[in-house]
Amino acid sequence: MFSEYTSSELVSIFAMQGFAGLILFSVFVLMALGLAIIFGQMGVINMAHGEFMILGAYMTYLTSNIFSNYLPGFYGIYFFIAMIVAFLAAGSLGALMEFSIIRHLYKRPLDTLLATWGISLIMQQTFRSVFGAREVGVTIPDWMMGSVPLTEMVEIPINGIFVMCLTVVISVSVYFLMYKSRFGGQVRAVVQNRPMAGAVGINTEKVDRVTFGLGCGIAGVAGSAFTMIGSTGPTAGQLYIVDTFLVVVFGGASSLLGTIASAFTISQAQSTMEFFLSGSMAKVLTLLTVVIILMLRPQGLFSLKIRK
Amino acid sequence: MFSVSDYSVAYGQSTVINNLNMQINKNEIVAILGRNGMGKTTLMKSLVGMIQSKSGSIKLDGNEICNLKSHDRVSSGLAFVPQGRMIFSMMTVKENIETGLTTVKEKKIPQNLYELFPVLEEMKSRRGGNLSGGQQQQLAIARALASEPKVLLLDEPTEGIQPSIIHEMARTLKKIRDERGLSIIVSEQVLSFALDIADRILVIEKGDIVREDLRDSVDQQSVAAYLAI
Repeated sequence: MFSEYTSSELVSIFAMQGFAGLILFSVFVLMALGLAIIFGQMGVINMAHGEFMILGAYMTYLTSNIFSNYLPGFYGIYFFIAMIVAFLAAGSLGALMEFSIIRHLYKRPLDTLLATWGISLIMQQTFRSVFGAREVGVTIPDWMMGSVPLTEMVEIPINGIFVMCLTVVISVSVYFLMYKSRFGGQVRAVVQNRPMAGAVGINTEKVDRVTFGLGCGIAGVAGSAFTMIGSTGPTAGQLYIVDTFLVVVFGGASSLLGTIASAFTISQAQSTMEFFLSGSMAKVLTLLTVVIILMLRPQGLFSLKIRK
Repeated sequence: MFSVSDYSVAYGQSTVINNLNMQINKNEIVAILGRNGMGKTTLMKSLVGMIQSKSGSIKLDGNEICNLKSHDRVSSGLAFVPQGRMIFSMMTVKENIETGLTTVKEKKIPQNLYELFPVLEEMKSRRGGNLSGGQQQQLAIARALASEPKVLLLDEPTEGIQPSIIHEMARTLKKIRDERGLSIIVSEQVLSFALDIADRILVIEKGDIVREDLRDSVDQQSVAAYLAI
């Protein structure tokens, strides 16, 4: 399949597809971070995670509309405000969901799966009723338009670079929050031994709620980033949730580094193969590889080595 | 100072702790002795709120703490070192001790904790799970002390630890009591360790305290009879 291209064409194809893969990687990482935090913390598989992302995307859409109607002079910076709005909206809805439903279902993983799936359907319908079934898109501000030409054949879009920088910033902050702050220490203590964490004085219920909100909030920010590269529809979240689960399981649920590494591998493999094969064939190959690797390493790519 | 009255704990229909009463004074070390299955661990876990109690009351400095959640009991002055240590094995030694600081204002690990357990300072950045059993026990005690408790509960601290370290631990516990003026309740199967540290010895049998002796007047033989199978 490579024979139709010259070697310089191949290099640029790989570079361009690789870069497109990096944008996909950014969305995966942001989604997977939130999912991994929630799953690692509470053992809750949040089927509504994709919808929280879409909530963030719609919030970005709303903010961009408000800016273009009322503050056209500041349109260039709307995205930063939108990110904060998306984070707060998705985060507070997540915390509310934890408080009203999820916390009554701990220790019942199947029920939380069903409950969050139900919530995802409710959210989808709400999006459809409020924003309409048609996909909506935002106008990207001028400074994010265009691309940087690297060579004659390779061009890198600016919004892609921006999304990636955003992902790096958020991943680094999550790392510091989880591994260097006191809150992170409490979260990890609860993850490892919930009753004992309570017995050393940690308010586990509060930690749960904040963590759930945080995970959903990051999904909201992922939604903001998502508007840069695709259009937002009520069911767009579902397309991403399966891939995100794959990323989390493949990376090893308790390892941030593993999540990032596996998001990178999966998104690059997908994006490069999609160019040469059909989209579904690319997916089949990716899934197959992941399944085989998981059979050899059931704990995921990265896991801590300690005495058991 | 710390009193438990008419206290019952049950797992469903089977009552494990049955109308138990005990009193612990300030600055006192009390050992609760009993065989396996007599309710020592259940009593300890329920005192700190990891298991719900059925009825009765727990008073600490006159305040009822029986209806509080675990973390609120800790902030009102209780601390717990569980059987089998239960340190957070994936976290470093330093992070483990820091989890104990949650309920207090102090944000840095007080130096005097490291003075009590110098080995923990040496191993500060190692993962808790990679420590030896004796070191993990010290870590669990340090973590509990970080919350500046008034009453320290220890559940079978000597389990799986070599005799010389057991002896050292007894010395450390007495030193902690003298320095900080706290009360210690320790559940135990090893009579010699109990005699080594305790001011008073309680014997638990089928979920109730059946015998109470001051250390100086304890009849070792009859207490040992309760521990024999």
